[in-house]
Amino acid sequence: MNKRDFLERPETIRLLWRLLYITCGLTVVAELFVHRHGLFGFDGFFGFYAILGFFSCLALILIAKLGGLFLKRSPDYWDRDEEGRQG
Amino acid sequence: MNYIPPAWILFVGALLIPLLLPKARNWIVIVFPAIAFFYILHMHPGEYWKVSFFGFHLTLLRVDKLAKIFGYIFTIYGFSTGIYSYYLKDMRQQLASLIYMGGALGVVFAGDIITLYFYWEIMAIASVIIILARETKKALGAGYRYVLVHIFGGLCLLAGMVLYIKHTGSIAFNSFTLHSISTYLILLGILVNAAAPPMSAWLPDAYPEASPAGSVVLSAYTTKTAVYTLLRGFPGWEILIYIGCFMSIYGIFYALLENDMRRILAYSIINQVGFMITGAGIGTAMALNGAAAHAFAHIIYKGLLFMSAGAVLYMTGKSKCTELGGLYKTMPLTLLFGCIGALSISAFPLTSGFTTKSMIIESSVHQHLIWAWFILEVASAGVFLHAGIKFPYFVFFAKDSGLRPGETNKSMLLAMGILSFLCIFLGIYPKPLYHILPYKMESYHAYTSIHVITQLQLLMFSALVFFLFLPLLKRTDTISLDTDWFYRKGGRLLYAFFDWALNGINTVVDRFVMGLVKTLASFFSDFVANVALFLFVNLWLLKGVSGKKLEIKKETLYYDIKEDSIPVGIGAAISGLFLALLFLLR
Repeated sequence: MNKRDFLERPETIRLLWRLLYITCGLTVVAELFVHRHGLFGFDGFFGFYAILGFFSCLALILIAKLGGLFLKRSPDYWDRDEEGRQG
Repeated sequence: MNYIPPAWILFVGALLIPLLLPKARNWIVIVFPAIAFFYILHMHPGEYWKVSFFGFHLTLLRVDKLAKIFGYIFTIYGFSTGIYSYYLKDMRQQLASLIYMGGALGVVFAGDIITLYFYWEIMAIASVIIILARETKKALGAGYRYVLVHIFGGLCLLAGMVLYIKHTGSIAFNSFTLHSISTYLILLGILVNAAAPPMSAWLPDAYPEASPAGSVVLSAYTTKTAVYTLLRGFPGWEILIYIGCFMSIYGIFYALLENDMRRILAYSIINQVGFMITGAGIGTAMALNGAAAHAFAHIIYKGLLFMSAGAVLYMTGKSKCTELGGLYKTMPLTLLFGCIGALSISAFPLTSGFTTKSMIIESSVHQHLIWAWFILEVASAGVFLHAGIKFPYFVFFAKDSGLRPGETNKSMLLAMGILSFLCIFLGIYPKPLYHILPYKMESYHAYTSIHVITQLQLLMFSALVFFLFLPLLKRTDTISLDTDWFYRKGGRLLYAFFDWALNGINTVVDRFVMGLVKTLASFFSDFVANVALFLFVNLWLLKGVSGKKLEIKKETLYYDIKEDSIPVGIGAAISGLFLALLFLLR
């Protein structure tokens, strides 16, 4: 292995994490400068879209994870079946 | 002026392919879609080529704004796939691709449902050839299942059309107002091609089994002609809102579970088509325009994503996330183009997804469809999760897979470059796209400060979730069962059931019938013999025959009758005896 790439260094990864937090923060702070009304009423509070983005993605991941328990199979699932049929 | 249907231009190209040298063939698949594009550009709205066919008056060519916007994107995309597949030396794929694209153009420019059906089936046949051309065992199986599903869809469509024509006497293809079994069947046939669950598994089953160039071509046409047909035929049908919203979540759910990069992208087609179908269901001018614009943008960025995945597969021979990673080191341009596609599909500001998808979402707000709006927003966040970050992250970063493939060939890079340019161009300057939208509406502005900020919040917090919960998203070397289980496994179970049930019945019936026949046969053969013995033994006793001689005579007679070897004389004698008995007993 050659020496560690820029993106593989721990300090770079730490920097990227920081950038991610800062960007997230900035998108919320930016909302202070616009006057936003909710479209339906319940969505009018400050930072609604940040919360929506966060929790809907978390829910999607958890639901998919749960679904995976029932739906995931080994990659040779179908091939094995075909061999069984021939045999 | 009588224009020729633009589909024919591509068919002519397809006819030329076998006649030319290999290098010239590669140029045909680039040049002919370009010719078709400029031809469509200059066509004036109207109906042309009215011909009589078995008493029906077909309109082979109808030009209007809705047909043209799909015509533009089908040919622009055809041109770029031609460049992408410049490396290809497989005549079958080139031929089938041109016919497939021609079929798609035929569908959108068809003026009646019979012409539409004709091109619809041409597409089905040509697309199967593209899938099968990879010649792997998996491609063969997937192609076979693809055929079965599309035969089912085609038959629904045909049955619906026949009933519709019988009921209304019209073959015109406009917005259907009749709600009956005929239009429901037509809708079902179209939804099969739109990959609406549960008839959706053919897409992630078949497209990822095609060659890199093959799946790039396939990703655009079948589902988007279905979207076109829904926009034209079923605008405002409420059920489409439910189906579309369901698709947008369904696609994300499976894409999150998937390990194969091209299958992730295939599921995200279902997710994106869900947005368009919701637009068709909402049915207002803005929703329909949004769906058409989104189809336009989607073909470009989804094609771009399939191209970058195809380039990775082409260079490494691998497509599983678990086997890939760290490719940013040697495929930086493919990574760059892939990321532009990924940002566009996620509707990041300055990309084409931002200027098109938002139109559909806003139309749901105008119609006060709170739940539809909510689902579409959740799905928008989810898109960034599964296609926007997951695809580039696991393929190009994540871990070092040790693969050092190097950058892909120049024609692939050029094609990706063109589509990347279009993604950003339409994101920054969507005016030309808005200008060709089919329905009249108030001018739409995607770039309001509120829209930009809320969209960025939604997306950045999705990204945050992705990286915070990365351990939950770690790829496993698995596949996920989809609705194709029912006809893959279910088909086999059905076979086993019928094997057991029918063969069981067969055995029982066999035993019963054979037993009955045997009993009857022995009864009747012995019956005659016994009657004959009774008569003859009495006769012989009367004549004084007895002892051993009688036993021998009895035995001989019995076997003669059983073996049908009684001399004719004896038979005649028995008959005579019977007649005598009859006479005596009178």
